[in-house]
Amino acid sequence: MMSFDQNAFLIIITASMIAISCGLLGVFMMLRKMSMTGDAISHAVLPGIVIGYLVSGTQRGLEVIIGAGILGILATLMIDWLRKKARVQLDASIGITFTLLFAIGIILISVFAYRVDLDQECVLYGEIAYLPIDLWINSSGQSFGPRIMWLAILNLLLVGGFITLFYKELKITSFDEKFGIVIGIPASAINLGLMSMVSYTTVSSFEAVGAILVVALLVVPPATAYLWTRDLRPLIQLTILTGVMVSVIGYYLAFLFDSSIAGMMVTVAGIIFFLSVIFTHKKFKFTLGTQKETQPFSS
Amino acid sequence: MSDFLYFFSFQDSSIAFVVMGITLLGIGSAFVGTFSFLDNKALLGDAISHAVFPGICLGFMLAGEKNPFYIVGGAFLSGALATFLSSWLKSNTKLSDDTIIAVILSVFFGIGIVFLTVIQKSGNPEMAGLNQFIFGNAIGIVERDLWVYGSLSVLIIGVIGFMLKEFQILVFNPEFGKAVGLPMNMIRFVFDVLLILSVVIGIQAIGVVLMAALLITPGTAARFWTDKLNILLGLASIFAILSGIFGTYISYLLPQMPTGPWVVVILSSIALISFLFAPKKGMVSRYFHRRSYVQKTQRDHVLKSIFKARELGQEGLTRAELLSLYPHQQKSIKNSIRSLEKEGLLFVNQSLIKLTDPGKYQAKRVVRLHRLWESYLNEYMNIAPDHVHESAEKLEHLLTPDLEAMLESRLNFPKLDPHQEQIPRDHDEL
Repeated sequence: MMSFDQNAFLIIITASMIAISCGLLGVFMMLRKMSMTGDAISHAVLPGIVIGYLVSGTQRGLEVIIGAGILGILATLMIDWLRKKARVQLDASIGITFTLLFAIGIILISVFAYRVDLDQECVLYGEIAYLPIDLWINSSGQSFGPRIMWLAILNLLLVGGFITLFYKELKITSFDEKFGIVIGIPASAINLGLMSMVSYTTVSSFEAVGAILVVALLVVPPATAYLWTRDLRPLIQLTILTGVMVSVIGYYLAFLFDSSIAGMMVTVAGIIFFLSVIFTHKKFKFTLGTQKETQPFSS
Repeated sequence: MSDFLYFFSFQDSSIAFVVMGITLLGIGSAFVGTFSFLDNKALLGDAISHAVFPGICLGFMLAGEKNPFYIVGGAFLSGALATFLSSWLKSNTKLSDDTIIAVILSVFFGIGIVFLTVIQKSGNPEMAGLNQFIFGNAIGIVERDLWVYGSLSVLIIGVIGFMLKEFQILVFNPEFGKAVGLPMNMIRFVFDVLLILSVVIGIQAIGVVLMAALLITPGTAARFWTDKLNILLGLASIFAILSGIFGTYISYLLPQMPTGPWVVVILSSIALISFLFAPKKGMVSRYFHRRSYVQKTQRDHVLKSIFKARELGQEGLTRAELLSLYPHQQKSIKNSIRSLEKEGLLFVNQSLIKLTDPGKYQAKRVVRLHRLWESYLNEYMNIAPDHVHESAEKLEHLLTPDLEAMLESRLNFPKLDPHQEQIPRDHDEL
């Protein structure tokens, strides 16, 4: 039964592209200790999606992406405001922000249920399996292939472009924000840019993998890679590799167990993560030759 | 209106059950959540609430129906696994706290979704109710559920009440607890069990995604009103109960509305009101407090400048001279002069601004505090006389009469400060 037909190929390719986009952003979010902010953003975009939907009348409009982008940035600003101005501790600020915005989103869906064809559950866990039948067809009836695949390609191009263009700035501000500011990098602009990319990626992917699984792809591959290396370039390469592995293995396991593909991708990501924890753990560490591990200086 | 009366008179026993359930679990999660907020672990509750989801599905798969015992059992076990893994990962990897929380949260939820889709494909007719664990449905609580969840809530509240001291030490000073021989690991274990239990019963009403709010928000909001732990816990549970009952009421009026989101919106509104308007810690009160402090320093500066002019033999200062001393604060200095004049501390002639008698008294005090502090720094801290001015410039606005008396007696009522300037006393002639 396990086949490598055209549909499987399309789903795996799309899933990989989503996983790579999320992973690229996730590396920098993790280095900035903002993984939970990513989680908050992915919940907080919901009201933006609903409002964009109401304005444009379709789930595919540009308004939806703009609405979600605005809400994502709003969530970041609200977390910052609560923390700095109201002096609420960071984790409580995150918790309050995302629960409030997500709750408003769900209420909006319930209020406009007759106009908004959005499923609460679909927002949470999406379904990539319908990808091959959801085609992008232009007005003259010509088909260009799966719509979500095009969204994923566009998303990957934009995220890749953003990272390549601002690689140096992102790197410096992620490791030492103050130094970045001193040498003249507009750190808060870079930060907002990163947050907007995360919001946009969430919206662009939520139909396929859902809000919470976007978080998983944002967090788990970078965390896995971080267990193996601390250098930025290998970190990014390993993240991409993990993302692709997750997509391929996840697809076939989902096929085997007849379950949600996105859910299985995350499960696989979790398994790879825990295997990495075990293999990189001190007690299990493979040592090459007889060379001893270097000890940190004791003070 | 009649709906309102019908709901709040609790004549319908099912409404009474629901309200009782909401109240109990609100108190339970507010108590537990407040402690984990004070412990700086607010988001652990969020991770656990996502992590119980696969357990619920697994319990359902084993029981084949929505049996509360299986579901609570499954949820508890997966919550416990998540808690254990998060602390294990913390001590065995170099990942940061928030990354660990995010990994646990999303991976467990993903596994839950795999289970859920497997159940959906199995076509069990009972599965329709499983979705309510994601968004919560307090109205759907039936009597059998209430007995299980209600008694668990009572258990949580009881244990917290009984072990209040121990948890207080756990949160504020675990090192001290260890030193006096308390079994801190055991206490932490009990606390984790309570946290997981309160999540497990809370998601009944509010759902997996929003459960974090029920844990985090009441304590955070209450923290703005008080510094005392007992009042903090009381306020947090009142906030949780209020929003729980009104959230349920709204979803009773409009049955298409899920309960959880409304509870969260009401709770967050209470929190935002607290952040803004709470006395002392609220933003509005802090703003006014800060403004009045800035005004006080400026008034002190005006009095001090005129006093120094008198020391140099001038009668007073002209408005222009005074303003030229503070070129960047023209407007606020003008305001200070106006208010000082109104209070009778300054006498403003057409050309000259002079001190009145009460004004002299005030001005002497500011200058005295400044010079006393300089002497103290010089004598007791061995700071060179040319380095003491900056600090005195700040402290002259803050020193209380008690501190002033202590400084005077420590320094043995000095006549001169390190710059050989006279320290003015109340009875000194100016």
